[in-house]
Amino acid sequence: MSGLRLTLRQPPPGRVDLSPLLPERLAGLSPAAIAAIVLPCGNRPLAAGDLFDIAEGDAGDLVITGGSDRLDHVGKGMTGGRMTVEGEVGAYAGLAMTGGALRIAGKAGFAAAAMMRGGLVVIEGDAGDFLGGALPGEMRGMRGGLVIVRGNAGARVGDRMRRGIILVEGDLGDHAAGRLLAGTVIGLGSSGADPGLGMKRGTLLLAKAPERLLPSFADCGRHELGFLALLFAHLRPHSPRLALVPQLRAPRRWAGDLAAGGKGEILIA
Amino acid sequence: MNLGGVLIEDTFAEAFGMRATRLIITADSAEWAAIAAASMTGFATSVIGCGCEAGIERHLPPGETPDGRPGVAVLLFAISRKDLQKQLIDRVGQCVLTAAGSACFSGHDGPEKLKLGGLLRYFGDGFQIAKKFADRRYWRIPVMDGEFVCDHEVGMTRGVGGGNFLILAASRPAALAAAERAVAAIRKLPNVILPFPGGIVRSGSKIGSKYKRLVASTNDAYCPNLKGETATRLPPEAASVHELVIDGLTADDVGAAMRAGIAAACAAGTTGGVLAITAGNYGGKLGQYRFHLRELMA
Repeated sequence: MSGLRLTLRQPPPGRVDLSPLLPERLAGLSPAAIAAIVLPCGNRPLAAGDLFDIAEGDAGDLVITGGSDRLDHVGKGMTGGRMTVEGEVGAYAGLAMTGGALRIAGKAGFAAAAMMRGGLVVIEGDAGDFLGGALPGEMRGMRGGLVIVRGNAGARVGDRMRRGIILVEGDLGDHAAGRLLAGTVIGLGSSGADPGLGMKRGTLLLAKAPERLLPSFADCGRHELGFLALLFAHLRPHSPRLALVPQLRAPRRWAGDLAAGGKGEILIA
Repeated sequence: MNLGGVLIEDTFAEAFGMRATRLIITADSAEWAAIAAASMTGFATSVIGCGCEAGIERHLPPGETPDGRPGVAVLLFAISRKDLQKQLIDRVGQCVLTAAGSACFSGHDGPEKLKLGGLLRYFGDGFQIAKKFADRRYWRIPVMDGEFVCDHEVGMTRGVGGGNFLILAASRPAALAAAERAVAAIRKLPNVILPFPGGIVRSGSKIGSKYKRLVASTNDAYCPNLKGETATRLPPEAASVHELVIDGLTADDVGAAMRAGIAAACAAGTTGGVLAITAGNYGGKLGQYRFHLRELMA
């Protein structure tokens, strides 16, 4: 059986919360039952059937055809299965998800994969600010899982991240890996100003030197670090492009942020 | 029963349940991986005197190791989980962590775990860094030639130790040649090690001694030069005996290794100077496993 397919008829009238549409929640439901699911949309909730044409299929392989930057909370809290959006999405895609695989063929908005705990998020386009970060008021951002962005990412990638891996094949915005608690952030393109601002532990791996590096990072020299082979082996199935940057294998190590304990590191090819 | 004229005695080898683990040691070159592995598995012939039994299972090409470097798979056996944990940390800490360019990984998955980096990390004195990729947690411990990378924990399994057989030959060269053939055959097999020097024991032991402080002493029944003064188990023409001791991850692994080793030892028949194959046991009272030679070779 092919996947359960929801086809967007037209752009939503306002920002729609798609968090009720998860593979595990749609399992076993008929198209009519799915159509009746209420989706918060401002002060005028919509039924899923008002937005989507629903073609019966395996809910474990959920496909949303047609995207919109008004589709928020796509895959929020997802625990398993596979979800694909054949288009762009709005804010909070993959928010706090704990398992499964979410693929977004277009771009994603603010705080994608924020506070994620497990699973895989692949964004084929660009990602907005606070990718894998913490929502306002939260002490921790992403806590596990793997995020791959084929395009560019906005500012504060991995803000307050605790564990997991974020790989951005394009450019990083300002303050990447800021306030990082642990985990790994990788940027294969350029990066904005002051990466690693306030990072306590964790690793920021950059293929290109950042626009500006904080003076609170100490140069430890260029080294072949054994763990990078394990990291690259883990990421090889997800990012063939990573193998095209061989200079990452012997990066220059900057320890910091010395203003915040200094147990983190920025590795620059 | 005989193989090419070599008598296969109607007896059995008695083996014991042990705790076991497999490590994968990698380095910049196959030579340095082998140096680390040889150091780590040194003085590990018998649990009685060494605390554990360990040996090199096989050499690994770069494509089969976690970090893509040449490596060596090592098996470690001990009587209890506690003993195995202590030996693991002592040996990796003193022999692998110290070896140039080395890294050390778990080579066995399973629900039961032993700590590796979880204890070694303290050597990093606060500069150690944990990394978790997929479900595996690694430790990066800064050392003077770079960083030592190892798994947080390694899998433990319940293995079998003490599978054995004895080669009775008409001369020392014949006994050694047959034992070497058996070692070569067994070393091709997975999941087993031969913990003694070169894979061979020339000083097989019996339990107890006339001296109270000794728990084991020479196996006089199989010493050719005592044939006239002890209750010998040797035929009159026997002039030399070698024993092979085999530890494996399962009883099937040990049985397969014994079968291959005995077949290789008997390959030249009696013209090779081998007279008989027998095995060591304690009457079946001590060990959980029995490997009957004639059943194995049937």
